[in-house]
Amino acid sequence: MPVRVETFDSLDAAASALRSTRSARFFGGGTLLMRAANHGDQSFDTLIRARDPSFRHIRSESEGVSIGAGVTMKEIIAHRDLSFLIPAAQAVGGPAVRNMATVGGNLYANSPYGDLAVALLVLGARIEFVGQGGRGVEIEEFMRDRDRHQGSIVRAVVVPRPRDPSSFRFVKVSRVKPKGISLLTIATYLPQSGGRIRGARVAYGAMGPRPLRATAVERLLDGQYLDSATIERAAAAACDGIEPRTDSLASSWYRREVVGIHLKRLLTGDRR
Amino acid sequence: MIEFRKEYFADERDDNLNEIGKPTQRQDALGHVTGRSPYFDDHLFEGLLHIRCVRSPHDHARIRRIDTSAAERMPGVVRIVLGKDVPNNLNTLLSLLDFGIDDEPLISDKKVSYKGEPVAAVIAESERAARDAVAQVRVDWEVLPAVLDVEEAIKPGAPVVNDVYPGNRFVYHGKYDHQKLRFGDVEAAFRQADRIIEGRYQMSPIEQAPTETCGAIAAPETNDRYVVYTSTQALFFSLDTTSKLLRVPSNRLHLIGGTVGGGFGGKVDSLHEPMAVLGTMLTGRPCKYIFDRHEEMQVGAPRGAERWYLKDGVMNDGRIIARKFTGYFDSGAYTRLSSYAIIKAVGHLPGPYTIPNVYADVYCVFTNRTPATAMRGFGITGVDFAIECHMDKIAHELGMDPIELRILNAYRDGDMKAHRRLAKNTALIECCHVAAEKAGWPLSQAARQASSLRDGGGARAEIPHTVTDQHGRVEGYTAGSYAQKKRPSGPAGQARGPQSPASHPSRDSIAVPSSFDRAPQPMSRPAPSAPPASAAVAPPPPPTAQRPAEQHAPEQRRVTRFSSISGLRRR
Amino acid sequence: MARKPLQFQLNGRHQAVFTDDGQNLLDLLRRGVGDLTPKYGCGQGTCGTCTVLIDGEPHLSCLTLAETVDGRQITTTAGLAEGAELHPLQTAFMDNFAAQCGYCTPGMLLAAKALLDRNPSPTREEVVEAISGNICRCTGYEPIINAILDAAGRRNQRRYG
Repeated sequence: MPVRVETFDSLDAAASALRSTRSARFFGGGTLLMRAANHGDQSFDTLIRARDPSFRHIRSESEGVSIGAGVTMKEIIAHRDLSFLIPAAQAVGGPAVRNMATVGGNLYANSPYGDLAVALLVLGARIEFVGQGGRGVEIEEFMRDRDRHQGSIVRAVVVPRPRDPSSFRFVKVSRVKPKGISLLTIATYLPQSGGRIRGARVAYGAMGPRPLRATAVERLLDGQYLDSATIERAAAAACDGIEPRTDSLASSWYRREVVGIHLKRLLTGDRR
Repeated sequence: MIEFRKEYFADERDDNLNEIGKPTQRQDALGHVTGRSPYFDDHLFEGLLHIRCVRSPHDHARIRRIDTSAAERMPGVVRIVLGKDVPNNLNTLLSLLDFGIDDEPLISDKKVSYKGEPVAAVIAESERAARDAVAQVRVDWEVLPAVLDVEEAIKPGAPVVNDVYPGNRFVYHGKYDHQKLRFGDVEAAFRQADRIIEGRYQMSPIEQAPTETCGAIAAPETNDRYVVYTSTQALFFSLDTTSKLLRVPSNRLHLIGGTVGGGFGGKVDSLHEPMAVLGTMLTGRPCKYIFDRHEEMQVGAPRGAERWYLKDGVMNDGRIIARKFTGYFDSGAYTRLSSYAIIKAVGHLPGPYTIPNVYADVYCVFTNRTPATAMRGFGITGVDFAIECHMDKIAHELGMDPIELRILNAYRDGDMKAHRRLAKNTALIECCHVAAEKAGWPLSQAARQASSLRDGGGARAEIPHTVTDQHGRVEGYTAGSYAQKKRPSGPAGQARGPQSPASHPSRDSIAVPSSFDRAPQPMSRPAPSAPPASAAVAPPPPPTAQRPAEQHAPEQRRVTRFSSISGLRRR
Repeated sequence: MARKPLQFQLNGRHQAVFTDDGQNLLDLLRRGVGDLTPKYGCGQGTCGTCTVLIDGEPHLSCLTLAETVDGRQITTTAGLAEGAELHPLQTAFMDNFAAQCGYCTPGMLLAAKALLDRNPSPTREEVVEAISGNICRCTGYEPIINAILDAAGRRNQRRYG
């Protein structure tokens, strides 16, 4: 069936149309859906778009920055309130992809895509859906059960601002230099108080079907000084509790072998 | 930037030429930067139809039934093409050079032997409509055991990948299930060697990945011809393969190539043009057949994987006195160019070294993988990887400098090479010198004084007494022309033809003479690096495709053959 | 199948066309309008041969819904030269042997143009970043990077081509 496109002025109208059409998908930037359409993906025949300006807002709020799900990587990079996200947004694709790819799309991207989502996960963002009031869901809950949200439209993501930007680190590991698809993405958020890490968060991309937290590493880092002994222990436990995926880029064995090495480099500031 | 090293071979070169050695602008550079270079798809046709194939998801399976009824009813579908619609549905690329037995259908109808093999072609008004219809074709598969490893494939009891070659090995010269090289006596030399050093080397298949995918557009042209725009690197292969598969005389085919968006060997299999022309023949409209990127990676032929076992007899002073090769080329499910790749490889052995005893058995093996084809010096690059890793291994075991080891064993002008040609214009030693110099790698004075122009020939120019054998001999194939249908009647007891099941619908497409000039052709250089290279010797007369079916034995005619390819040299 | 009217500027000229529902911009430009300079290489947005500029910014036309360019300005490689006079990037690509098969060249040129229009004196890293979404299988990229830096150095010199 050829693909139909329906465009609505408001997100609410778009959400309603999406709910009532099983074979529809919501169109953000198109980088994932058009790819699927180009290959004749038979699971959808309707693309639903919204012209709602609120979809593209970037607004500073008390608890963080509210980023409309239709905001592109390029717009994140250019916005002065979002400079802490630049390492992650800059890692997505090349310049053309960044002009098109949206926050919302990145949240739903399957591994090995979804680099920005890894950063949002580690920063503890909150996901707001169209047509649902209240606080939405924490990103971790969203990631655990993402398929359940396929029929919903993300309105915005609220990202807490890291008090100290240097406490957020991000690396996208790829074979192709300087830019290529992610073999493995690591984001760490290690705020410090009195020199010790308080509330450690570590997230991986491309290790599983969607971004996940490395809870064993977090437990090892919490309450510690970020010194070489701590980093060694964290690197040794980098894969604990995680069964890395095997795909056409790398085997589970390979990811298990290297994740600790890349985590150590990220934590020591070794930029290779 | 070109650096002229005038101290080497100075009297053999003229470095003051007008074009060679000077930068020259490409004739298509202006077209490239203005976007005007015409690739095959840069031609617009009113009413263009799009062809997409139904492909096997299995490595190996029998086709029980293909149900196209739902697909035929889909909007925009013009025609669905099956194997029975192909006028002559069996071919092998090198049958054009009379080398090999037809083994590959254009559209398969009995079984599939690799993932992605086409079993039906949908022709529709748009690409999307074609894709939608492909998704509605129902194929009833009987999945068969598959074999994906070259050594597993040649074990007794392995699944038969290619019915034309039940042993899963291509048959050379009608006699052997591998290509042989024998020079001297390696077993005697091994007994004399100070050490035996062995190695096993494995290469993966490599996808050429051109930025432009393979494709062709065919359209009706005036004078009852078909015009075809194609991405092929091998226009004459494409012309003749199309002519043969579709039983269309080549003078009704107008093929236009020229600008290729990268090929690297991946656009020589000539399977897009026949499909596109078939579509036009059946619909009367322009038809486009192109690989998408998934197909280019999975279905498009890669350079085949290779596995090499090397066993060297080595003296403690570094001289290699014997080298034995066992090589396995993974041809995938069909022959295509792999049979030829092995011949190139064997001609190349033992590498750029003078080794007095050389033995090689090299197999072209069929597995349930994507059929392999050419890529960037295919047939040579894989075995060179094995040879050079092995040289480093030898150096390591002897405690010897790896470059000095190579200089010691390097061939020099006038040496006899294992395939019985005298080496000339050798330059390995000088390449080692320059590489060492640029790397700041110190060499001994003896190594620095070595030269390709000295110390060769003499005793090194002789062909040693060579031990031969009948290892790997097979029955049931003739040494005569593979491509002809009518076999010359031979003495009683001579095998009548390849043992192949009735999956050969016909081979009456091209009649070729049954006898030919078997005198060895003088060759001043090794075999060309790719089949479509202009022949150094006169090619055989082109097949006249519209000859009526021969009812009698073809008349005897003396024809010049490129005998190394077909191996039909009289000894 | 539904068809939607669409108007946009292509290389400074007004276009009024109908797009098929769901059609991508690459297909519209090539077969609808007849501009064959953007190419198909992957249909996934990973090779960059379909790159066009929309309002001066690089986009992947194979991933762009054609109807979203209504009222916008599109630049393709066909619009680089001014009449018979080549753009400095085109001259630089020729002079630096930055094209072999030429298939990636239209996309590379537009990625480079977007860079130089915004940043006339880029560093080598900035050039590499600008073409990081364009794959070349022939040149090894060095001649392309040199060509872009070369063009940046002599932006004001034009030459007939």
